[in-house]
Amino acid sequence: MGFQVSKSNEVMVIDVEGQLIVGNRQELKQKVLDELEKGERKFVVNFSETGYIDSSGLGVLVSLSKKISEQDGELRLASLNEDLRTLFELTKLDTLFTIVDTREEALEGL
Amino acid sequence: MDQELVLELPNDIRSIEHAVEYVTRHCSSCGDHARRLNLNFRVGLTEALSNAMLYGNGSDPKKRVRVEVTVGVEEVSVRVTDQGVGFDPETVPDPTLPGNISKTGGRGIFLMKALMDEVQFNERGNAVTLVLRFEGKASV
Repeated sequence: MGFQVSKSNEVMVIDVEGQLIVGNRQELKQKVLDELEKGERKFVVNFSETGYIDSSGLGVLVSLSKKISEQDGELRLASLNEDLRTLFELTKLDTLFTIVDTREEALEGL
Repeated sequence: MDQELVLELPNDIRSIEHAVEYVTRHCSSCGDHARRLNLNFRVGLTEALSNAMLYGNGSDPKKRVRVEVTVGVEEVSVRVTDQGVGFDPETVPDPTLPGNISKTGGRGIFLMKALMDEVQFNERGNAVTLVLRFEGKASV
């Protein structure tokens, strides 16, 4: 459970294990902001091991997207299962994010 | 025969995930409806609990949240009550309107309504009852 941060070439990959919800969203936010502060600009959040996301989790992704964009960086979301994609579609956040099928696809071209 | 469960939770958002798992496990007769439980029920209940703790109870650690669960043959019902003064849920703007999509908050009640079959607030606005039918008509 938690967030695993790794680097693949010039891209920071954050694997979300378990839930991304109100109780742990600040932990994800801080991990990404720390990397942004260090100069990292390319980020992939990978959801292949994620159970569910609540509105607070969605909100923190929106917040991080803005902060990364402000630094001329890029954020991609990868490996959303059908349920998680449903949440993005319901809230129309699928129009705000770059969402790709796999972690490998997310890394391509970043 | 309906099964009932009552929990009194501390006003601590870190307790939400465990509470949701505990309540979901209580719903043993819902085994044939895994997808609606895994997504709709878990997210809907998480939203109700976080609203109660953060907004209803104003993050006050001295307050508590009461959760009353009834599992029937055709549906599961959860009433979440906080100790706050209540609010008017009709005043919350639609987060899917073009000007609101990029906002960081304001999706909790929208998700509850989208994922559950019934969402009913009491008159004071400090309690919400969520109903998920096992053959439901929620948009998901």
